[in-house]
Amino acid sequence: MNEVKGEVIKVSGPLVIARGLTGARMYEMVRVGEGRLFGEIIEIKGDSYSIQVYEETEGIGPGQPVWRTGEPLSVELGPGLIRSIYDGVQRPLDKLSYDFGEYIVRGAERPALDRSIKWEFNPVAKEGDRVEPGDVLGTVKESNLVIHKIMVPPGIWGIIKKIGPLTGNVDEVIAVIEGEGILHDITMVQRWPVRQPRPVKRKVVPVEPMVTGQRVIDMFFPITKGGTACVPGPFGSGKTVVQHQLAKWADAQIVVYVGCGERGNEMTDVLMEFPHLKDPASGEPLMERTVLVANTSNMPVAAREASVFTGIAIAEYYRDMGYSVALMADSTSRWAEAMREISGRLEEMPGEEGYPAYLGSRIASFYERAGSVVCLGSDERKGAITVIGAVSPPGGDLSEPVVQATLRVVKVFWGLDDKLAFSRHFPAINWLTSYSLYQDVVDEHADTRFEGQWSRNRKQAMEILQREAELEELVRLVGVDALPHEDRLLLQAAKMIREDFLHQNAFDDIDTCTSIEKQYRLLRLILHYYDRIKKAFKDGATLVALTGLEVLDDIARAKLIPEDDLEQFSIIEKRIDNSIVSLTW
Amino acid sequence: MAGIAKEYKTVTEIVGPLMIVEGVEGVTYGELADIRLQDGSMRRGRVLEVSGDRAVVQVFEGTSGLSPQDVKVKFLAKGMELGVSMEMLGRVFDGFGRPIDEGPAIIPEKYLNVNGSPMNPFARDYPNEFIQTGISTIDLLNTLVRGQKLPLFSGSGLPHSRLAVQIARQAKVLKTGEKFAVVFAAMGITFEEAEFFIADFRRTGAIERSVVFVNLADDPPIERIALPRMALTAAEYLAFEKDMHVLVIMTDITNYCEALREISAARREVPGRRGYPGYLYTDLSTIYERAGRIKGKKGSITQIPVLTMPEDDKTHPIPDLTGYITEGQIIIHRGLNARGIYPPVDVLPSLSRLKDKGIGDGKTREDHADLMNQLYSAYARGKNAKELAVVLGESALSETDLLFVKFADTFEDRFVRQGEDENRPIEESMRIGWELLSMLPKGELKRVRDKYIEKYLPKG
Ligand SMILES: Nc1ncnc2c1ncn2[C@@H]1O[C@H](COP(=O)(O)OP(=O)(O)OP(=O)(O)O)[C@@H](O)[C@H]1O
Ligand SMILES: [Mg+2]
Repeated sequence: MNEVKGEVIKVSGPLVIARGLTGARMYEMVRVGEGRLFGEIIEIKGDSYSIQVYEETEGIGPGQPVWRTGEPLSVELGPGLIRSIYDGVQRPLDKLSYDFGEYIVRGAERPALDRSIKWEFNPVAKEGDRVEPGDVLGTVKESNLVIHKIMVPPGIWGIIKKIGPLTGNVDEVIAVIEGEGILHDITMVQRWPVRQPRPVKRKVVPVEPMVTGQRVIDMFFPITKGGTACVPGPFGSGKTVVQHQLAKWADAQIVVYVGCGERGNEMTDVLMEFPHLKDPASGEPLMERTVLVANTSNMPVAAREASVFTGIAIAEYYRDMGYSVALMADSTSRWAEAMREISGRLEEMPGEEGYPAYLGSRIASFYERAGSVVCLGSDERKGAITVIGAVSPPGGDLSEPVVQATLRVVKVFWGLDDKLAFSRHFPAINWLTSYSLYQDVVDEHADTRFEGQWSRNRKQAMEILQREAELEELVRLVGVDALPHEDRLLLQAAKMIREDFLHQNAFDDIDTCTSIEKQYRLLRLILHYYDRIKKAFKDGATLVALTGLEVLDDIARAKLIPEDDLEQFSIIEKRIDNSIVSLTW
Repeated sequence: MAGIAKEYKTVTEIVGPLMIVEGVEGVTYGELADIRLQDGSMRRGRVLEVSGDRAVVQVFEGTSGLSPQDVKVKFLAKGMELGVSMEMLGRVFDGFGRPIDEGPAIIPEKYLNVNGSPMNPFARDYPNEFIQTGISTIDLLNTLVRGQKLPLFSGSGLPHSRLAVQIARQAKVLKTGEKFAVVFAAMGITFEEAEFFIADFRRTGAIERSVVFVNLADDPPIERIALPRMALTAAEYLAFEKDMHVLVIMTDITNYCEALREISAARREVPGRRGYPGYLYTDLSTIYERAGRIKGKKGSITQIPVLTMPEDDKTHPIPDLTGYITEGQIIIHRGLNARGIYPPVDVLPSLSRLKDKGIGDGKTREDHADLMNQLYSAYARGKNAKELAVVLGESALSETDLLFVKFADTFEDRFVRQGEDENRPIEESMRIGWELLSMLPKGELKRVRDKYIEKYLPKG
């Protein structure tokens, strides 16, 4: 540790101002007061250093010492991240709880990566190989789902002098690389400053869909691997459930879940549930691919500000291995509020609603760390980070600064609607206002698989829903009886799309996740029914008979058809045909 | 800090509830201060900011009557603490934890910092134990579980206090042999309201297992900032050191928030919505997040905060930010109250987010979820139909819709309405629920499984 020592001159909540930290740089970590609390320099004016402190500052006062560390806020990257739960500055909450008790005490510190775990390192490179940053030196089986690739850290080029299989903790030297006459010892751990994006060879446009198993998302507002999405909505509208659902069922290889300024119980929920839920692709527990960052609302606000960066730095590290990573941040509004609080204490000129003027650029630079990339390393492997941020606008008002700044950068908007939530239509994603700019690229994929029918069905369904919205106005004025019968058939179809397709119960074992194949067949089933009744109506069947068919119950229950029994859909389609034939006879 | 702390006579400024003391030495953030007036009386303060030799002190009792020349300030080298002991049960305290019930002083087992520390999310245990409040709209439709924070969103003049008292009196779990306590935190409510609570606790004997903290409407507003923290510190002690299941009732959060706004304005902070400080969310979370359970500990803290929504507006910052932190909300409805229905719980927008984990076979009964969903959707449909009838006339409604309208009315009358002393066991609430469903054609009961209809729907 650098021995430059300064002294506190001012304390205001999480903000401490110190002097005498000669040579300190922006975003350098410091330790504050006798309790050596963690802090980070966020402003320098002459000999006055503003520090945001990641722990409660009670008991800190002028005259107390401040030490430099010479290093910016960084994360430890290496085997052992998976299955961990960290606070906003990567302190392992499980270890803290074993060693310090149920409450988070100040100054508590434990290494982010557990040194007592011995990993088995299997080299893939050999002595004499010429390597560059990002090249894979070897692998470690980190969990049942993750093969962890030990890569040459950024900034190191050269020839491998020594490498071999070994078993040891992350600090073990697994290879020696000689570059420009210098010998570099490479261990299984890298440190990386969280505010700095990890380098890639180049970014590419995301084109591969990320399947989430959520029907309204995959069918109507899809997201890609490497894409960005936001989920704004008032309290109780289902943001967290959407985020949890994606963390559970999205076909990403790694999931980083950042609980940023939200409830403690929600993190507990994930911790208790994920080890028991099985990844549909591999049958392994979901926890085997998950990293949690939890800085709940009552934890220090400066660490909350850091938490999204900690999360994304971890995500980038796995991306660099060539994985597709999904990062959820719940909620980015709490992150923005943390920025606002610190900015207010710094007495910066406030922008809109007291948020700092740089709110927009901070939000943009966070989402820009998402993307599909060609990773560093000579093998041109590809990796991706998908970022999905929840936004919690005050009073559900979408015109507020955080929503607006977010909408300027993300490509997918899942707008949660309190009226839908209120009527218990979940997920409460409003199908009239939401959008996805990835729809075309995803259609291309799906249409190849379903012979052009995927996008055709979706367009038809969306037209029905839009027409329903127009008709609803009318119904409110004149009553449904006054509508022409064709329109009443359409209303019936719209209702079925809403209730039997869009509505998806996150807490039902089968309904919680629907494969693409099943989504396709389910929507087709409803549209098939609609086509048939329209035709039958023209052929003289009565409205009452058509909207009272028994087969409607089968359609309503179709979403609960198990994935291994999709043939049932054909049976129901036949049943539709039969019951309609009997009507027009 | 060693030695006798220095007394400063260097107050230079008094602004609202704040006082600036200059020339100080060794003062730290969050430190407590004793403020002595010329007449010998004492007030309490807390350091909100310290810069060089200048400290900003928030005065809990307010600054009225203070003048810079004649106050002496002594810093106590510690944060705000509460002396806790089992003897607190049955007693009444002010916002600083000083007894105000003429009983003897408490001999503390120990002192705890009232700000607490954040609970490690890893150490939490998920709330999933059903609490029977004896109130049908809560037990059956918006189930409360141990360790949950479930606020009452009310409005001025509505009977939220009566409901809160009834919950405190009736709440129990369906297990025996457990220890309970009630912690009651009154912030800025009237004497009459506070008396209503305390008298009821006395009448039912609940006072023996209650700890009461009171700050009345005419007590110093700034004291309201300390009070809930005192109350929760007592609750944590009882729950996690003495294995008790603690129900914390806090009323009225709106008054607490107003005190916070007063401080913020005096500090000239950039205001957020409606003048409330931008950190209101964070501040409230440090109160609400103190509810919960801990792995390996017997006790629990369940919170029922009560707040009156200004103009019954749910998007007002206080209910809005509360809703963003708590695990659901129970909404008290003016219209139902006007129609003489007690408790006037508006079932449709109310929600307990943790209900799913606390109900069903082995907890309440196998048919709970189905019955809940069916009642909810039938009531919603009935209310919708009623609205439609207002616009288009009743003749526009179908036969079935008329049935649903009738259902909605009967639901409010028989299910929502209950006596203030009526403690309905969950089975009774469910029985009424099924009876109401028998008003509807069987074919309309799509949310309940056939086997439950067979088993529970009254025949004939
Ligand atoms: N897909 C779903 N299926 C069933 N229930 C759901 C679904 N989505 C949301 N809910 C219900 O809505 C409740 C609130 O959802 P959630 O906690 O996700 O809201 P939120 O938008 O994150 O709220 P907050 O902003 O307060 O955190 C849940 O507890 C659950 O009861
Ligand atoms: Mg949420």
